[in-house]
Amino acid sequence: MGDIWSWERAWEVLPELLRGLVVTIEATVVGMVIASILGLFIALAMRAPTRWVRVPLKFVVDFIRMTPLLVQLVFVYLLSPPWVPGLVIGFIVLGVHYATYMSEVYRAGIEAVPRGQWEAATALNMARGRTWRAVILPQAIRNTLPGLGNYAISMFKETPFLFAISVVEMYTAAQQYGAGTFSYIEALTMVGLLFLAVSYPTSLLVRRMEIRLA
Amino acid sequence: MTTASGDVPAIEFKDVVKRFGDNVVLDGLNFSVPQGQRITLIGPSGSGKTTILRLLMTLEELSGGLILIDGDPYTHEYRGDKWVSIPEKRRRVVRNRVGMVFQQFNLFPNMSVLENIIESPVHVLGKSKDEAVADAERLLDKVGMTEKRDFNTNQLSGGQQQRVAIARALAMDPEILLLDEVTSALDPEIVADVLGVLKEIADTTDITMLLVTHEMQFAREVSDRVLMFDKGQIVEEADPETMFTNPRHERTQEFLKAVLG
Repeated sequence: MGDIWSWERAWEVLPELLRGLVVTIEATVVGMVIASILGLFIALAMRAPTRWVRVPLKFVVDFIRMTPLLVQLVFVYLLSPPWVPGLVIGFIVLGVHYATYMSEVYRAGIEAVPRGQWEAATALNMARGRTWRAVILPQAIRNTLPGLGNYAISMFKETPFLFAISVVEMYTAAQQYGAGTFSYIEALTMVGLLFLAVSYPTSLLVRRMEIRLA
Repeated sequence: MTTASGDVPAIEFKDVVKRFGDNVVLDGLNFSVPQGQRITLIGPSGSGKTTILRLLMTLEELSGGLILIDGDPYTHEYRGDKWVSIPEKRRRVVRNRVGMVFQQFNLFPNMSVLENIIESPVHVLGKSKDEAVADAERLLDKVGMTEKRDFNTNQLSGGQQQRVAIARALAMDPEILLLDEVTSALDPEIVADVLGVLKEIADTTDITMLLVTHEMQFAREVSDRVLMFDKGQIVEEADPETMFTNPRHERTQEFLKAVLG
């Protein structure tokens, strides 16, 4: 045992943590890409005129939001055939989970586009699809950028849940190191610092974006 | 006009009803606008003037009655005794003849001035981009905005935005142009510029125009006929000279006294 803190161990574990960080960032980027695209489709489908689309979709979205990410990860992991890599399950579950939140960001972004924009599009006799693509979505998506940034940070911080499905991201790497050496302090401290080193600058970037868009 | 086709009014309202919830704004309104006429709608706020323009632009749904454009059913029609809504696809054919300029301009902020103007000529009328740009440049020259062609719309003053909005509406080559309090959101010193642009358009085209305005002097200069509205009904209609100097109806007298001072 000896010292509570050993710089030696901290340096020793760092390469493994950095390899884990790459997986963490991969999961966040791929997860956010899925969440951004699927979230937009959910937001658009929620505007469907028929209740046959809206009601079941609302149920699914609420269900995903009201149950823990950890439970969803393990559940899908256990149901999936064994040849599906854990990381792929991670991408999908993170992506779908956050898509339900992103859809809310898109909804707000779409509703923030002034009515006058729709009216001008009608007055110019634009087709419905063209109005969405050329007028509404470009303005709505601009409104959603800060929300997207905040959820990306939030997802990034939740990637340690991937531990539960044996994906070796940063936290899992630290756990493995700890289990092998019986010293967790250095590895977990470094994990915390690495998370901070990525999240904090990103949050500053998001804040600047918010100010610019305000 | 005396030709047969000239006898068909550009706009015809037949027993038009418009309700917002329990609030009846128009209750069986009838009027028509001959081809090429310029009509000013005046009256106190809430009298239904703007609703008429918005119905003509299909920004509101009719509650009853019919609107005909060049004699063609627009948003609703009778099939036998049944009053039915016309689907969007058919509405679009007729809507191509109608254009509108708004109080708040409503330019698309994600597009440049030029892009705002060529958007629908290219994507709705199917013009080639080159042709649409050439037309847009001609219109920008007409409204005195040539040098702002590639600007973002948020770099423009209110008066400049409104001139672009006028060019954008004209780029669709409308037969009918609806002007909804187009100078109400502008600083007083800018109003004359925008009205000058509209006056020139009125003098150099034969577009049928329906305007709602508080600029009585302008109404007097450009319109052929003035309709005074109160509570969703036309209480008086006359040529501008008569309406503004010698109104007959008591409500018109009160209203004009209030706005002209």
